[in-house]
Amino acid sequence: MAFKASAGTHSFTFPDLRTLLACASPEKSGDQMAGIAAKNEKERIAARIALADVPLRSFVDEPLVPYEEDAVTRLIMDDFDETAFKLISSFTVGDFRNWLLSYETTGEVIAGIRSGITPEMTAAVSKIMSNQDLILVSSKCRVISKFRNTLGLSGHFSTRLQPNHPTDDLKGIMAGIIDGLMYGCGDAVIGINPASDRPKTIHSILVMLDELRQKFSIPSQTCVLTHVSTTLELIRNGSPVDLVFQSIGGTEATNRSFGVSLELLEEAHQAASELSRGETGNNIMYFETGQGSSHSANANHGIDQQTCEARAYGLARHFRPLLVNTVVGFIGPEYLFDGRQIIRAGLEDHFCGKLLGLPMGCDICYTNHAMADQDDMDNLLTLLGTAGCNFIMAVPGADDIMLNYQSTSFHDQLYIRQVLGLKRAPEFDSWLQQMELLSGDGLLRAGNHLTHHKLLAYDR
Amino acid sequence: MTDKDPWKDLGRYTDARIVLGRAGGSLTTSELLRFRRDHALARDAVLADLNLFDLENKLGDLGLAILKLKTRAETREEYIRRPDLGRVLQEESTEDLKKYSGSYDLGVVLADGLSAIAIERNAPGFLKSFLPETSEMKIAPVCIVRHGRVALSDEIGELLGCRMIIMLIGERPGLSSPDSMGIYMTYNPLKGNTDEMRNCISNIRTGGLPVEFASEKLIYLINESFRKKLSGVNLKDNFGQNPGLT
Repeated sequence: MAFKASAGTHSFTFPDLRTLLACASPEKSGDQMAGIAAKNEKERIAARIALADVPLRSFVDEPLVPYEEDAVTRLIMDDFDETAFKLISSFTVGDFRNWLLSYETTGEVIAGIRSGITPEMTAAVSKIMSNQDLILVSSKCRVISKFRNTLGLSGHFSTRLQPNHPTDDLKGIMAGIIDGLMYGCGDAVIGINPASDRPKTIHSILVMLDELRQKFSIPSQTCVLTHVSTTLELIRNGSPVDLVFQSIGGTEATNRSFGVSLELLEEAHQAASELSRGETGNNIMYFETGQGSSHSANANHGIDQQTCEARAYGLARHFRPLLVNTVVGFIGPEYLFDGRQIIRAGLEDHFCGKLLGLPMGCDICYTNHAMADQDDMDNLLTLLGTAGCNFIMAVPGADDIMLNYQSTSFHDQLYIRQVLGLKRAPEFDSWLQQMELLSGDGLLRAGNHLTHHKLLAYDR
Repeated sequence: MTDKDPWKDLGRYTDARIVLGRAGGSLTTSELLRFRRDHALARDAVLADLNLFDLENKLGDLGLAILKLKTRAETREEYIRRPDLGRVLQEESTEDLKKYSGSYDLGVVLADGLSAIAIERNAPGFLKSFLPETSEMKIAPVCIVRHGRVALSDEIGELLGCRMIIMLIGERPGLSSPDSMGIYMTYNPLKGNTDEMRNCISNIRTGGLPVEFASEKLIYLINESFRKKLSGVNLKDNFGQNPGLT
């Protein structure tokens, strides 16, 4: 079915839903390179006007990638809850926006119909929403997840401690962890991106993390972000695996390019569950995503990068993850050109994820060939803090010396806590106070007691 | 006014930015400015144009035949925005290459990539170490490419008629390493080859991998590759640890 709308004296026709969505998307260099973006602003706004009139029902009736062709579509459709959808089933995309913004639509109301919202509906409505709309609706949605502590509570904000090292040097990694803990980071996870994918190396990092956690009874979880197949092998060989990490995308072909299938994820989820290492809950998956991955893998089926990203959340949701992290600016300027596009993408991803019920965090980041700088990251951090984002990265000095990109730092999380009054996960907050690192008002303590602090004396 | 972190010793174990101290919870003035300086250096490295004149002068001593080539990316911005254009030669450059078409053992390509200064600083020294070790091989004219991407080496290698192509290219600058060079090696270069068919030596720079070590390692990989008639993921790198690694 074709869609029509006009802007000024021009009228536009969009042959199908995926073309309409792509043209309605805010400007992204990745969609432009893929040749699916609006050619100009007139076409973009015409597409948005037409999109606002599309019934939400269309996204259920006309999958963007056919059910028979794509495992992600099948998962999204099979998980779709017609009963929950009933309340919004007569809405157009435009009505849906109005409804989400209305005073009566609280976080509880949204949570009540989540299983009737598909990823494509969230992507569609985001395209006709302003940045403030995305922030406002996100801020209504709380998503709580648990493993050894409680993440995502209202007024709380967590960090993944990310002390990577270019050669996986254990002492180098440990130095970053200790420094990060002294700064009050790591309640979402202490997570290392390894430079190597050798199982032996990964195992030794996992053991080091687990020994540290047990020694000081740290109420958090640890993870080495290696491929799911490696993690599965490590679990079978008895390595101390808390969380299963994997990068995922929004189409079956994208996931194939990552070497991942639904079956493999299910197998790993099952294996990690059986370890029963969780204490407060059993959310054990840690997913990373990011706009542009389907474009980059030539696996987008003509769908824009933001809609592909939302579909990845449909896959993530199936596994009730502890953490979902959109690594927003890592992919580079050919997909998100500058600070403006990165900021918009970060808000969209957080919004879509939260609407679908995911514990969304964001790696607020950029590479040195993007037209962006740390001020853009400050802006996105402030916006996401306001939107109620679950967690961000805590990278020493914001400079990841292994992955060669810039993210947010130990100091950045202190900033956002100070201006917005955000606390760490309650269990972790209490632990930091017991360790005499944090005062009762949540500020870092200074003083002589730190010189001989027991964390500093820890010798592996 | 600032709080120092009384655990300075930890800094010995990593180059990561730890033990920075703080002003309240924020970065101290000196750390903020150090970060901004490093970012400025990295940004300028990305945006800088390759100084061809200077590079040719530096390579002059090596007595090489040099071909200068252009890709379809006309400007730095276009190059950054459109990686696809950096993987295709301009027609004029294709014609130039065809004139030198022959049967070579090895082709050598120098490309600015995402850091022209990486090539200016590291490529001449590397070739000085590397070329004397290749005296048994028939080597094609050295190609210097402006606004080039890794995959371009396939087209160049195929047009020249090389059994093997190596590309020296500026890597995406890190905040603490704006001038890092990478080398990609592909056996039987053909347009359309994919990345798993290449071997890579990364982080070649002062303070990273020394050019002499990179040269020895590449010679090892080239010999192994010729012996097994392949390159990429199926060519295991057993050359040994990089120096300085524990």
